[in-house]
Amino acid sequence: MSHKVIIPIGPYHPLQEEPEFFRLYVEGEKVVDIDIVIGYMHRGIEELSEHKHFDQVAFLVERICGICSNSHPFAYVNAVEDLAKILVPERALYIRTIIAELERLHSHLLWLGLAGHFIGYNTVWMWAWKYREPVLDCFELITGNRNHYAMMKIGGVRRDIKDEDIPILKKTLDELVPALNLFKGAVMDDPIIQARLKGVGVLTKKQALDFCVVGPTARASGLDLDVRRDDPYGVYDKVNWNVIVEKEGDIFAKTVVRILEMYESVSIIRQCLEKMPKGEIDANIKEIPPGEGIGRVEAPRGECFHYVRSDGTNRPIRHKIRAPSFMNVVSNKVAAVGGTISDAAITLAAVDPCYCCTERTTVIRKPDDKKIMNGWDLIKLSQEKTDRLKQEMRCPKAK
Amino acid sequence: MSIREKVKAGLTGKTIDWHQHSVRRIYILIKPADIKEVAKILFKDLGLRFATASGQDTPAGLEILYHFSFDQSGEIFSVRVLIEDKKNPEIDSIATLFSGAEWIEREMWELLGIKFIGHPNLKHLLLIDDWPEGDFPLRHKHES
Repeated sequence: MSHKVIIPIGPYHPLQEEPEFFRLYVEGEKVVDIDIVIGYMHRGIEELSEHKHFDQVAFLVERICGICSNSHPFAYVNAVEDLAKILVPERALYIRTIIAELERLHSHLLWLGLAGHFIGYNTVWMWAWKYREPVLDCFELITGNRNHYAMMKIGGVRRDIKDEDIPILKKTLDELVPALNLFKGAVMDDPIIQARLKGVGVLTKKQALDFCVVGPTARASGLDLDVRRDDPYGVYDKVNWNVIVEKEGDIFAKTVVRILEMYESVSIIRQCLEKMPKGEIDANIKEIPPGEGIGRVEAPRGECFHYVRSDGTNRPIRHKIRAPSFMNVVSNKVAAVGGTISDAAITLAAVDPCYCCTERTTVIRKPDDKKIMNGWDLIKLSQEKTDRLKQEMRCPKAK
Repeated sequence: MSIREKVKAGLTGKTIDWHQHSVRRIYILIKPADIKEVAKILFKDLGLRFATASGQDTPAGLEILYHFSFDQSGEIFSVRVLIEDKKNPEIDSIATLFSGAEWIEREMWELLGIKFIGHPNLKHLLLIDDWPEGDFPLRHKHES
């Protein structure tokens, strides 16, 4: 390797919320190459899924990701419903759509806050997370949980939305719109933000096609694709909304796409609340026939893809999960290269990476393998290290 | 001419089986030797997007489904290949055609032990670098 200087970012770094490792090869200030090393969050979920029955898998895949925790079970139930050709009651489809869009709102607000933080605009960070809070309160109201809502079920949803909760939901949305206007003004019309983000971390349309990126990352590079419109699920074909596409491919375009998408989400939820019919919320599915099915969901980060195969037993024999970040993170190979070191941080964060999703799956198949540790082993290891450090500092040994 | 007809025409002579599961889900069985050419036709000529690939250990062999999405119509064309030789499974890499297939081929290589010929960077993606050679987590136990 001719490059002399390597700047390591990670695997544990204040910049990222999750462990991943970027090796930046630099010449002066310029990034000339990048290595992306992942695998720190690999939990063996695809394998685990083959050992759970169909109903349990929805809970399992919900735990792939803490932020888009509804997208995976949603894509999974879509896949099983495609496999078994199940018709879902209409009210359940409306409820699914409302949950999915609420999730997009809180996820985009979370990203916007983090993006603000990464470029040193901490006011945006605090605002975004402040206004994200009422969205999480809505989740708590409807589902009982701020996260991991456990709403998706093969053939329907687990909980109904109560009539008395609808005015509270509507009020939260009404109050969120002025906040979105605030962000639109503070980010999109701010000359300093424009100077900082325009032309930075560019992913051209050609590169976006080559890396097969999805979601806001693709739409910011001029690719007009959105699973909600292209391969409709839920009730996205029964409400009016727009796909936001920008051409520039830089971080500013990605920010614009996400901010404008939040308006669309608010509009979709409002329409769903108006149009939602009364009725059943569950098709009461008992058995899954042999076959295979594909389910897709436009998660906040892009297309979430699940493939499920059944042999007629009560467990899937194969469950392939492909999260949007799996396609998006690798595009940093071109987006971050050519930029400066100071741009790398925001560029790497601009795809809204989710490494838990990307890596999914600890395969604990060998109890005798000394390399694999469980949670208690790690705690013990940590306690031993603390003891050792205390001894080195000549402190009395803690019991 | 709909995309379905275009795909059908493009893959004439290479399709062993064409199965339409539901409105927008089509499964196409081809020979493993044809994968590179089929991927080229679908991705480069017809403009389909590569969504992902899913490898699976089946009693008949190692199966890979390459899922190509046509976003204008929402259809997914899943191209199926079956590699019968489980001892030394090999197939041409399609990561040489487009970068989007690079990571998933690395994943299938380490989890299922399928060698992708011509892959530019076939090394561990999710597992640690010193993962025992020949131990493939997604292979079923009855095989070993």
